[in-house]
Amino acid sequence: MPNPTPAKREPLFHIVKRDALPLWKSILVRVVAILLALLVSAIVVVFVTDLNPLDVYKSMFDGAFGTSRKIWSTLQNTAILLCISLAVTPAFKMRFWNIGAEGQVMVGCLGTAACMILIGDKVPSPVLMLIMVVVSIACGTLWGVLPAIFKAYWNTNETLFTLMMNYVAIQLVSFFCTVWENPKGSATIGMINMSSKAGWFPSLFGQKYLLNILIVLVLTVGMYIYLKYNKHGYEIAVVGESQNTARYVGMNVKKIIIRTMALSGAICGVAGLLLVAGTDHTLTTSSAGGMGFTAIMVSWLAKFNPLLMILTSFLIVFLERGAGEIATDFRLNESIADILTGIILFFIIGCEFFVNYQIVFTKKRKEAAADA
Amino acid sequence: MKKWIAVLLSVAMLFAFAACSEQTQPTDDEGTSANAENLTDGAAEDLSNSDIKVGFIFLHDENSTYDKNFIDAARAAQAALNLSDEQVLFKTNIPEGQECYEAAAELVDEGCDVVFADSFGHESYMIQAATEFPEVQFCHATGTRAHTEGLSNYHNAFASIYEGRYLAGIVAGMKLNEMIEAGEFTAEEAKMGYVGAFPYAEVISGYTSFYLGAKSVCPTVTMTVKYTSSWFDEALEKEAANALIQEGCKLISQHADSMGAPTACETAGVPNVSYNGSTASACPNTALVSSRVNWEPYFEYMINCVAKGEAIDADWCGSLQSGSVELSELNEGVVAEGTAEAVAEAKAKLEAGELHVFDTSTFTVDGETLTSYMADVDTDDAYTPDTEAISDGYFHESEYRSAPYFDIIIDGIDAPVEE
Repeated sequence: MPNPTPAKREPLFHIVKRDALPLWKSILVRVVAILLALLVSAIVVVFVTDLNPLDVYKSMFDGAFGTSRKIWSTLQNTAILLCISLAVTPAFKMRFWNIGAEGQVMVGCLGTAACMILIGDKVPSPVLMLIMVVVSIACGTLWGVLPAIFKAYWNTNETLFTLMMNYVAIQLVSFFCTVWENPKGSATIGMINMSSKAGWFPSLFGQKYLLNILIVLVLTVGMYIYLKYNKHGYEIAVVGESQNTARYVGMNVKKIIIRTMALSGAICGVAGLLLVAGTDHTLTTSSAGGMGFTAIMVSWLAKFNPLLMILTSFLIVFLERGAGEIATDFRLNESIADILTGIILFFIIGCEFFVNYQIVFTKKRKEAAADA
Repeated sequence: MKKWIAVLLSVAMLFAFAACSEQTQPTDDEGTSANAENLTDGAAEDLSNSDIKVGFIFLHDENSTYDKNFIDAARAAQAALNLSDEQVLFKTNIPEGQECYEAAAELVDEGCDVVFADSFGHESYMIQAATEFPEVQFCHATGTRAHTEGLSNYHNAFASIYEGRYLAGIVAGMKLNEMIEAGEFTAEEAKMGYVGAFPYAEVISGYTSFYLGAKSVCPTVTMTVKYTSSWFDEALEKEAANALIQEGCKLISQHADSMGAPTACETAGVPNVSYNGSTASACPNTALVSSRVNWEPYFEYMINCVAKGEAIDADWCGSLQSGSVELSELNEGVVAEGTAEAVAEAKAKLEAGELHVFDTSTFTVDGETLTSYMADVDTDDAYTPDTEAISDGYFHESEYRSAPYFDIIIDGIDAPVEE
């Protein structure tokens, strides 16, 4: 079949970048996106299970807030995700594509676990805590700084470099899981210092996760101030906009890149510390559980604003926990949770497109009509 | 293209209908009214009128033969006790990490009175949950710590699966004999291959009993073991099985949870003895038999105990007699002649206590007969051997605790040893 001559054809629509949307409009777009996401996921659930969608939503809400333990657990998950999101933010603001948060968190976890296992019963508790803090931050920093040095001095591709560092970190953890296995032969570590609880974060006011949450809150406010009111924050923004401009005004770009990634890595190290000492009390290859990648989304959705990240990280944790609850309540495979989270994230990220761009439909011209 | 879409859509529809028909019964009614109607059934163990809730934690889902065995048993126990879907909660794909504690805590939140977890690595997280929720019972398959942990609400369970594997070994040995007689290879070349998950007692005990079963009918047999370091890795298990076949193994068995080894055997035309359920439908030309632990008796025992407010055994061990250890039906077209009789004879002797799987007169270690072996029965951090396991001429497996503790590499078995 011969192709019709495309010369006179015009596309049905084209895409134009929007001017800034008024606030209420941009909020409206996002709310509609969430509603659409819920609708589509409800359709999927109803289609495969024949359930009442209202029950499904209720179950979702119960998953995050059903009991006081669940509320604390939701807050705890939010805190960890928020912490990692804070960590990736300065680098992304600098347009340094750091997708290595997962690995930086993993080495932070590994450092913490190593302290708990190797010297847990040899030093007094406060000293142990101090060593754990130092080691986990040092590990995370190392994992962040390595790609930054290579980027700054030899202009290596930071995306690939940080990505590869993830695999190195995960394999290291896998190796040490076998070295420190307990019980023997299982290749898992099990709960570390189960009876002595050495290196476990203490409960505050009877809440075992409160300390984690407070630490992350302090970090959040600190990061907000650092990025907004500190000279470093300004330098990061300038380097992100244009390295040449930064050089022109006399900034030391190499130093800024390395310093910022050191900070990113250090905060990831803290996240690792909170995960192992404050939450899991164990180390597995899935300790970071993909949060290093989810955090990038949290950070972008919040437009790199640490205070808004509280909301975006909470939203994502809420969705994940809710989807997990649906799986249990209606006896579906846990994979349904991933499917639902995927659908919802698709809409949330998709709506950012409509916030930034608009679709303009091409008006039909007379010639076009004649062609048809 | 359109054709393909149509096919895809119709397949999707089929699945949707299948899913619907499974789910409609419990969801149409509210839980309570459905229960009230069921009251009239009046079966002996009908628990539908009680408000008991049971939670199950599974490492993988039905795609793993290991978890499918548990899931099927849980469904069977649910049906036998007439419980509704609201009373029996499943959590699948729960890794051996903090996620297990989270899953257990969530099941407690849902109001479960008893929570069961199916994987060895779940143990420490179940203990943590048991410590935190003393009013809820926690049961764990294949674990080793309950009898020393001192928690009244934490329990281990297992079965004398080594007896089942011994019987499966007899099936394997008979098949080897048949192949030797047919002139396929000499008696000295009779070597079996074994794909194991991890080098620890449960696996070692399993393959040793399988080997001894085969040896009891085919005295010249030897065996090579390969570990995959994973309970479920289809590609790795397939690769290991193929490597064993390359090395000249005439028959393969496995203790890992995917269909990797059985399908490799079917492709290569090598007989296979399976675990956790028959693979005869997927591998009609090579599957011989399969041994498995049937968990239904334990699940019913566990749920009944909780319903009646009775204490659950800290360490429960099922057996051939209790129906916990089972051999699947022999794949008649593939097994050697006379297999059924040989298995029945050995089974009767095992049940009568006339035959012991780990009879020390049937094997040697470094050329010597074992007269004493201190096993690590009470788990501690240093793995101190603490219990003399050999007396009356045999190794007393699963008697001092349900989970296996036979971890000796005997002569005739070539297995990598951890430093």
